[in-house]
Amino acid sequence: MPAAHAYAYDVLIVGAGGAGLRAAIEAAQSGVSVGLICKSLLGKAHTVMAEGGMAAALANVDDRDDWTVHFADTMRGGQYVNNWRMAEIHAKEAPDRVRELEAYGAVFDRTPDGRILQRNFGGHRYPRLAHVGDRTGLELIRTLQDHAIHLGITVHMEHTVIELLLDDGRAAGVLAYDRERGRFHSFAAKAVVLATGGIGRAYKITSNSWEGTGDGHALAYRAGAELIDMEFVQFHPTGMVWPPSVRGILVTEGVRGEGGVLRNSEGRRFMFDDIPDNYKPQTASDPEEGWRYTQGDKHARRPPELLTRDHVARCINREVKAGRGSPHGGVFLDIAWIKEKLPDAEAHIKRKLPSMYHQFKELADLDITKEPMEVGPTTHYIMGGIRVNADSQESTIAGLFAAGECAAGINGANRLGGNSLSDLVVFGKRAGEFAAASARQRGSVRLDEGAIARAMKASLEPFERGGAGENPYRVQHELQDAMQALVGIVRTEAEMLEALEKLAAFRARAARAGVEGHREYHAGWHMCLDLRNLLDVSEAITRSAIERKESRGGHFREDCPDKVAAFGGVNIVARRAADGTMQVARVPIPEMPAELQQVIEEQKQ
Amino acid sequence: MSQATFRIWRSQPGETGGFTDYRTEVSEGMVVLDAVHQIQAEQAPDLACRWNCKAGKCGSCSAEINGRPRLMCMSRLNTLDLTQPVTVEPMRTFPLIKDLVTDVSWNFRVKQGIQRFQPRRPDAPDGTWRMAQRDADRVQEFRTCIECFLCQDVCHVLRDHDKHDEFIGPRFFTYAAALEMHPLDTAERLGDLKDAQGIGYCNITKCCTSVCPEHIHITDNAIIPLKERVVDRFYDPVTRLLRMFR
Repeated sequence: MPAAHAYAYDVLIVGAGGAGLRAAIEAAQSGVSVGLICKSLLGKAHTVMAEGGMAAALANVDDRDDWTVHFADTMRGGQYVNNWRMAEIHAKEAPDRVRELEAYGAVFDRTPDGRILQRNFGGHRYPRLAHVGDRTGLELIRTLQDHAIHLGITVHMEHTVIELLLDDGRAAGVLAYDRERGRFHSFAAKAVVLATGGIGRAYKITSNSWEGTGDGHALAYRAGAELIDMEFVQFHPTGMVWPPSVRGILVTEGVRGEGGVLRNSEGRRFMFDDIPDNYKPQTASDPEEGWRYTQGDKHARRPPELLTRDHVARCINREVKAGRGSPHGGVFLDIAWIKEKLPDAEAHIKRKLPSMYHQFKELADLDITKEPMEVGPTTHYIMGGIRVNADSQESTIAGLFAAGECAAGINGANRLGGNSLSDLVVFGKRAGEFAAASARQRGSVRLDEGAIARAMKASLEPFERGGAGENPYRVQHELQDAMQALVGIVRTEAEMLEALEKLAAFRARAARAGVEGHREYHAGWHMCLDLRNLLDVSEAITRSAIERKESRGGHFREDCPDKVAAFGGVNIVARRAADGTMQVARVPIPEMPAELQQVIEEQKQ
Repeated sequence: MSQATFRIWRSQPGETGGFTDYRTEVSEGMVVLDAVHQIQAEQAPDLACRWNCKAGKCGSCSAEINGRPRLMCMSRLNTLDLTQPVTVEPMRTFPLIKDLVTDVSWNFRVKQGIQRFQPRRPDAPDGTWRMAQRDADRVQEFRTCIECFLCQDVCHVLRDHDKHDEFIGPRFFTYAAALEMHPLDTAERLGDLKDAQGIGYCNITKCCTSVCPEHIHITDNAIIPLKERVVDRFYDPVTRLLRMFR
């Protein structure tokens, strides 16, 4: 049985969020043929959910900002296990990528003198986030989408990639299926860019949509590429906790950037009680100074609510566990209090945070201009991903590139808010550029028909098992419960070993999953195909987290609660061994050039 | 815990289909999309529906709920009468694919036919532009559009008169307005709006505005100003006279 259609492109991009679209634009503008596969409709990718803004040292609001400060902030936030070269490139190139969006038609909020306005965000020393109210991600994806549709890119909407195909050890294309008809299609490509986003659906409480099943991570891993830093999962401190059906949906850090404060059930601003030593010099000494910072006072230091996400999430977790939480198991996030400070606070909140206002009004019946919100940590982002070359974004498989959340390196152990949108355009552009160059140098590719036939047959097995097989939804729910409980915000070796046993059992059950009906737009069948990706990324997270016997950034081990210097010099790599099992190893981080070390030292003051 | 009945449109590809009733548990804070997911997980794994963000930001889960075009993720059950079955149907203006999923590809083709953004030369030597927030505000309203296509679904020019070849619909008038009113844009779109894109068909019934989940003032702020520009450009008697002597 051959695939229904056979497509061929110079560059094939998998994923149409910010990184995929930016890569497609770059490749198409360089003159190669470009195919773009997206799992949903064009313009619906998870990038639309990004709220706060994109970090770039434009220095429009505070002229003390430049790339060195942004670089140092990113490295400090990532606890120095970042790929320093990526952090450097990102800090240097983000301003150009933001300005370029304006040339594509993006309409950012403005400063009084008409330039792009920038706002404060956690871990960023100066106001650095170019933004559009609290819907910056929508602006980014729509701008890129509307630019891309005029460049001759062929878009394959609602297609899901099942298998990455290699030719003589190099990436050569993919096998995908379309949701509408359920038919298989082969895509030959001289270079493939993975831009598939995150893994949030491996957890029960997440801000991610159904698409966040780690497809790119798992496709690359199964094809033999290396994954790196998979233990570093970011739990965003503020997700909605009530009502249950919206649990996990993101509440932007912008709320805190605009002066929102966190309080426990006793009314205490608990974030002032626990400020890490390396952030003390930059943190406000009292609420008044914190408030002045959020209002743009250059001499004030930031309030502790704007410490890094990993730290804030753990503080919230601790308050809840100590019995000082809100009625539904979170803490209070209060922006309404600013009416004590501002005469027109209600209008101000609605203008600065319009989608948060609507989100709470419509989903929780709560007016954030009058009452505090209830919030708690939610699985938001994975710092880890496909190991790539910092300059080209090429993975450890030749001809296979990765950009955005599914690639790793720039964020180290913890990502700063605002760095992901800039990551998407900085490294999306580079991936597109280098993929096009790689494609131009390559002769024709040959697709492995045997591999295609095997993958198609395996994909259809759930129908053969029919209703007698395991319910794939049940396996997914139990997997999410297990990861949430055993490999979540606070981890121990014993629990993670238990998680590994469970994952092995889920794997066996997933192999027995069955569905009835036809292939057209079949959600249950799709779930069967997603499961193996979720299992691969869950195992990589768990094994990497066991290997890192310390606490750092998004990875917190109750049984090893401190940072260990030796682990500060290594990344954890996961790869597939010849026998099909997953191997993890420590690889040393290359030494940072003296000039970058000096930048970091200077910024420590 | 109580139960409610959801009367959901089911169809196989190529068939018209019909309603099937599902009873399922409902609890506090649930939205229609939660109920659909629950039914999918427990009773009908092959039930087709689109969704992504579940927070009213991506515009994927458009449907007609009790006859009204809405996002399933933003339709709270406590705003509906649960003593009666809640009907959930696909958008009727677009060809049906399966169950709640319709073929909205026409919208993507229409957008490609609208002239792209063309900025004026940069204002500053460093290649950047200046624009006032109040000018940005006007365009930003239109740019909150999440492309759910509910306005297209409800528009009678498309829904009842099937003018898909002559009329681009409220979504794309909003899109064109965002470009036309963009402080930096220099392209000319009024001729297309008048001719190929059929803005004259809109008789400002404001149905689009009433279903917009982003509360964009589609008719008042986008379509009417565009109509005025078209009139000024092509039908104003004084300018027509002047043009004759130019």
